[in-house]
Amino acid sequence: MSVTLNINGEDKKVDVPEDTPLLWVIRDELNLTGTKFGCGVAACGACTVHIDGKPVRSCQTNIQDVEKSKITTIEGLSGKVSKAVQDAWRDLNVVQCGYCQSGQIMSAVGLLSENTKPTDQDIDTAMQGNACRCATYQRIRAAIHLAASKLEA
Amino acid sequence: MTIQTSRRNLLKGVATTGTALFIGYNTNGILSHTIANAAEKSDLTPLNPFVKIATDGTVTIILKHFEMGQGTTTGLTTLVAEELDADWDKIAIEFAPADHEKYKNLAFGAQGTGGSTAIANSYIQYRTAGAAVRALLVQAAAAKWGLKPKDISVEKGMVRAGDKSAHFGELIADAAKLPLPEKPTLKTADQFNLIGKTELSRKDNIDKTDGTALFAMDVKVPDMVYAVILRSPRFGGTLLSFETEKARKISGFLNAKAMPTKDGIAVYATSTWAAISARKAIEAKWDNSKAENRSTKEIGKTHLETLKKAPALQARKDNDFEKTNTAITSAPKKVKAEFLLPYLAHAPMEPLNCVIEPHDDGKITVHDGCQFPGLVHPTIAKILGIQRDKVKIKTYYAGGSFGRRATAKSDYATEAALAFKLLGGKKAVKLVWTREDDLAGGYFRPMAAHSVKIGLTDKGEISGWNHHVVSQSIVKGTPFEKALVKDGVDHTSIEGIADAEYEIPALSVGLTDWVSPVPVLWWRSVGHSHTAYVKEVSMDLAAKAAEKDPVQFRLNYLKSENKDQKRLAGVIKLTAEKAEWSKPLPKGWARGIAAHKSFGSYVAQVIEISSKDGDIKIERVVCAVDCGVAVNPDVIKAQMEGGIGFGLGAIMRNQITLNDGLVEQENFPDYEPLRINDIGKIEVHITPSVEAPTGVGEPGVPPAGPALANAIMALTGKPLLKLPLNENGVDFA
Repeated sequence: MSVTLNINGEDKKVDVPEDTPLLWVIRDELNLTGTKFGCGVAACGACTVHIDGKPVRSCQTNIQDVEKSKITTIEGLSGKVSKAVQDAWRDLNVVQCGYCQSGQIMSAVGLLSENTKPTDQDIDTAMQGNACRCATYQRIRAAIHLAASKLEA
Repeated sequence: MTIQTSRRNLLKGVATTGTALFIGYNTNGILSHTIANAAEKSDLTPLNPFVKIATDGTVTIILKHFEMGQGTTTGLTTLVAEELDADWDKIAIEFAPADHEKYKNLAFGAQGTGGSTAIANSYIQYRTAGAAVRALLVQAAAAKWGLKPKDISVEKGMVRAGDKSAHFGELIADAAKLPLPEKPTLKTADQFNLIGKTELSRKDNIDKTDGTALFAMDVKVPDMVYAVILRSPRFGGTLLSFETEKARKISGFLNAKAMPTKDGIAVYATSTWAAISARKAIEAKWDNSKAENRSTKEIGKTHLETLKKAPALQARKDNDFEKTNTAITSAPKKVKAEFLLPYLAHAPMEPLNCVIEPHDDGKITVHDGCQFPGLVHPTIAKILGIQRDKVKIKTYYAGGSFGRRATAKSDYATEAALAFKLLGGKKAVKLVWTREDDLAGGYFRPMAAHSVKIGLTDKGEISGWNHHVVSQSIVKGTPFEKALVKDGVDHTSIEGIADAEYEIPALSVGLTDWVSPVPVLWWRSVGHSHTAYVKEVSMDLAAKAAEKDPVQFRLNYLKSENKDQKRLAGVIKLTAEKAEWSKPLPKGWARGIAAHKSFGSYVAQVIEISSKDGDIKIERVVCAVDCGVAVNPDVIKAQMEGGIGFGLGAIMRNQITLNDGLVEQENFPDYEPLRINDIGKIEVHITPSVEAPTGVGEPGVPPAGPALANAIMALTGKPLLKLPLNENGVDFA
């Protein structure tokens, strides 16, 4: 089927089988490879993108359901919350292998866009769907707090 | 004049500490921070580059070790930059091509990464590479300005003398005409500006936070076909027949072919999703007569039964089973325990994948997060029936490995090459594993059963320790056997207990190999992943029987006259001090300690837990590490944090189980990784040291599990002998 998706501010027309999850359209068709495949069952968060500003697992997203939405991938991040998060990630050397980090950042930006001063508990709740096999969790928590303080300043 | 010729004219080769070294002038410069782009411009000469400098002054450092998160892009770069006095922010990095001599791991003699050796084996080599280049730049500047080398200073990529200054790029043409010094002077520790500094920004910080970092999973080349493999659902099963009728209805399905290895069917399609969908529609029949058809319940039971027999092999020459038994039999107090630890999957975040790309000139590029070019390179060349020089390995960031990417057979790269060849060898093939493939695909940390019998004197001192390990050999029958099996004993089965640091009188360690078609593999910290658990939990069981404090009990077996023992004692004391070991905890809280040496590094951890309504929560982890000179303190801390998390997640709830030979875990929901809410604060303390640096990728893992178990045992008094911990009725908050 042919669908038009608005990704990172641009309309993209793709022709794919209708059951193709958004993840594979983003990766294989549009070559936006910052969004990762980790599990395919919405259990790891590596594929997290924003649908109308909210973090969503793209591996379980039907393309028909997002035809009228604004889709943002890690490549399309912009604005002060995104910058604060990415800067904090760099300041604290959060990444290790890095494969899950696009998804972590998309979830963190989603959290801070709604909650400007999250507690540890808020962070745990918002981020527990994003697995990191390198276990960078302690730094993720610290970076979200740091980003919050950068935004407050 | 072509770029190649002009570059060649500027090359200088010279032997330095057994390796050739050159600096080259790359007219393209290396400007991108994205490794994959930089690697495109990688040198094609047969020389051995570690350092390249562009005319704009950018320094490119060629990394012989891949980056799986452990920090080599930062670590190896620090070593060169320190001696070169380069500007940290103007350094680009490239992964080395396959070259088994020039880029070999000096610890293995082959090109590859593993065993926490990257910094240890490169420490002098990479520093020498930087120092040699610095000496050339100084000499070039001295000649240019009519001064003596001693009048020249170098700082942050700038060469200066009085009012004269030049950046590296301005001197490189002159410098490259000079002979490299064979033995450049290396800095002394007091001269370090970068080594030991915490404020260095990781070299992979930018591209891993903006989506531009490239992993092999992200590779797409022209006319590429996507492939997944329908593997035998049982280990050792062989294909009888298959039916593709339903798959043909899947849009994008191209073809399906039996793998020549008879253990799977390659399913080809025009996209990853189409390949995955088509595979589901294929029906296959398997011959399981030679397969592993047992369940882990039965396999575990047999492991435990084997423990009761005399060990087939003895790992220590000084004591054997019989002799130690005598010492224990006569002891007034005894501790006896039998442990059973499960199969574990590595489950790196990036599912395995590999792209084989053919070129018009008959050459092949292997796109891979390649951990062991020394194995992958000859393996692919052999499969494709071409000379090695026709095979190029392009190494990408690896989305984790934890040992999984380093298989003796180069398993997934082999599959990719076979799938490529099977399709005719004309079209690029991208082989992708799914998470389901990953968990069902074997190469597990082997199951291990241990029996421990400890004799204690009236004073509560250990008089004898009898240890028997039953586990499947990781290296027997592989190219690693020669180096790692001695007198029949696979070192990876008994490391960490047979060579335990504790001064234990009459320690015997027996080994009986388990044999099964289930493929097993090193899993972050290898044998230590089970031996440390058993050793450190047993130490607590013995301390309890002896009515002694677990910290003091351990220290009693570590003598200050012995350097190794002293270093382990050092981290135990430091951890106990930082964790305030003797300070009372609130009701319902407890702590546990474990300490272990692995890969040359000494690590101790104290874990503090709380219990609420019977649910255990990990509140705090305090860790001390002695890894010699701390090259990158922040990377060391990150590796400890990560190792602790990796170890704890597994020990809490991970296991791979078989039911009639079929792996029961399908995906993360039933092989649940550690999550952010599972763990409290981790504090890492590094012991100051002038010893040669040792590894940090693995040594953080072994003490984590036993420290947690010892904390829970301190709270409940119930021994935790079966892993994962939730198999003992332990619930986590």
